Amino acid sequence: MIKGQAWKFGNNIDTDLIIPARYLNTSHPKELAMHAMEDADPKWISKMQKGDFIVAGENFGCGSSREHAPIALKAAGVRAVIAKSFARIFYRNAINIGLPILECPEAAQEIKAGDTLEVNLADGEIKNITSKMIYHAQPFPPFMQKIIKAGGLINQLKSTK
Amino acid sequence: MGKTIHRTIAEKILASHCQKDAKAGDIVIADLDFMIGQDGTSGVAIDSFNKIGSKKVFAPKKVAIIIDHSSPSPSQGVSAIHKKIREFAKAQEIHLYDIGCGVCHQITPEQGYAVPGNLIVGADSHTCTYGAINVFSTGIGSTDLAAAWVSGKLWFKVPESIKVTFAGKLSKGVYSKDLILKLIGDITADGATYKALEIYGDAISAMSVDARFTISNMAIECGAKAGLMPADKKVLDWVKAHSKKKPNPVAADKDAVYGKKIEIDVSKLEPQIAKPHTVDNVVPISKIGEVPVQQGFIGTCTNGRLEDFQIAAKILKGKKVKNGCRLIIAPASKQILLDMIKDGTYQTLLEAGAVAVTPGCGPCVGTHNGVPSDGENVISTANRNFKGRMGNPNAFIYLASPATVAASVITGKITDPR
Repeated sequence: MIKGQAWKFGNNIDTDLIIPARYLNTSHPKELAMHAMEDADPKWISKMQKGDFIVAGENFGCGSSREHAPIALKAAGVRAVIAKSFARIFYRNAINIGLPILECPEAAQEIKAGDTLEVNLADGEIKNITSKMIYHAQPFPPFMQKIIKAGGLINQLKSTK
Repeated sequence: MGKTIHRTIAEKILASHCQKDAKAGDIVIADLDFMIGQDGTSGVAIDSFNKIGSKKVFAPKKVAIIIDHSSPSPSQGVSAIHKKIREFAKAQEIHLYDIGCGVCHQITPEQGYAVPGNLIVGADSHTCTYGAINVFSTGIGSTDLAAAWVSGKLWFKVPESIKVTFAGKLSKGVYSKDLILKLIGDITADGATYKALEIYGDAISAMSVDARFTISNMAIECGAKAGLMPADKKVLDWVKAHSKKKPNPVAADKDAVYGKKIEIDVSKLEPQIAKPHTVDNVVPISKIGEVPVQQGFIGTCTNGRLEDFQIAAKILKGKKVKNGCRLIIAPASKQILLDMIKDGTYQTLLEAGAVAVTPGCGPCVGTHNGVPSDGENVISTANRNFKGRMGNPNAFIYLASPATVAASVITGKITDPR
């Protein structure tokens, strides 16, 4: 079980908002993390705590294929992203690098900024401690669960080599 | 392999690359014909490749890296990434297109790596561009690219398709860019997420292959995984002129199953504009009102081809970019630059006041070559107008056709090219 605070963002949070291209002069996760979500909320990175959650609307991570986006969020300490839906490439990238994502429209709609959440990544259960609501995210197909369990695609490929 | 029936182009191309039938919703592991990376994404892919513990790329001749996003390098950090890419390309004996060669999505078809029926991935979201020549191509991330380098294969969820028909004839001053902006405005930024577009219509048949690339290029802007078009005679002639690879044209079955069908009559369509800060915030130009512009940009994988510059040159010939306004141009490849020099397009644009930058992505991605100031409006032929996209979150980007950009920099405000 992991517990943290919810930070709310809207629909169509694109990868330029998550990590602007002007910071792609490095692929170091810690350096990228310093600018995570900068163009959506420049102060967010100084306000959020390690273990917090991003809760967003539809099409989270749309735009560029840059893997720096989930890398920046993971390195910033985001425990998981809960959204109504994810853009396709971000979805794959997040699973591949081991950033937990949960697709759950009801939770994304009802959770309020600052709510305390408890998430069980194994079964996708999202508990809103503040409002006492419980939600269940879309389960992943079995072969994706294997990648998630391995901690990402790199670890999975390593283990099958 | 048995004869597939009731299948879309996406289903058929994926099926032919995994040696079994494939229908929407299936998860398949497919053999790749080609894979590309660019300088924004390949550094991370090389890191992932090394972390996997792999020593050798599976099929080096099927791999290219194109240095286009920050090219030539604007900073020490980027130079280090470029160096890493050059060393990797040399060691692995893969294709490398260094600074000034052009944008990856122009290089790949222009150099003959993409032909009808192919399955291609790229660590760049606009890899869907080659759908215009009947290629199932899609954007992936860096770790997926590293996995593809290692094995030559990748997993795909076979997408459901949306059939889009652009009926009717485009009127003068209206171009393929206006068609795709109209579609994205109608179905919104996530209207085709996880799905493939299959695009037809008299308006498509009538346009050049270069113009069609503009449409497939922007399929991702409504979330689509691919933007596929049939391989008609124009496509086959174009491919023959650029590639020695054998094309394997794939047509949809007559009774193919689509998730949705969309028909747009384009005969009365006006030039379209995507307003800041999302690509689906589209209005016809008659509704744009008075919008001053301080910078125009013509180029990118969307609209940086010879035809695009010829259209702009026709409008700008003998005229001047308005005082207080700038026009930046970036040909999508060195070949296009040479063609522009040869036919006089380059001189016309420079005489009108255009500033030319290196063939490549130019200022599109916000790394260099024309970052706008706070509060400035930019009219651009690119594919994205996200906040901060061109390097400044306090600037405003409007997307339009090359004709609209050319007409607008003459007046210093967004202007109908008709």
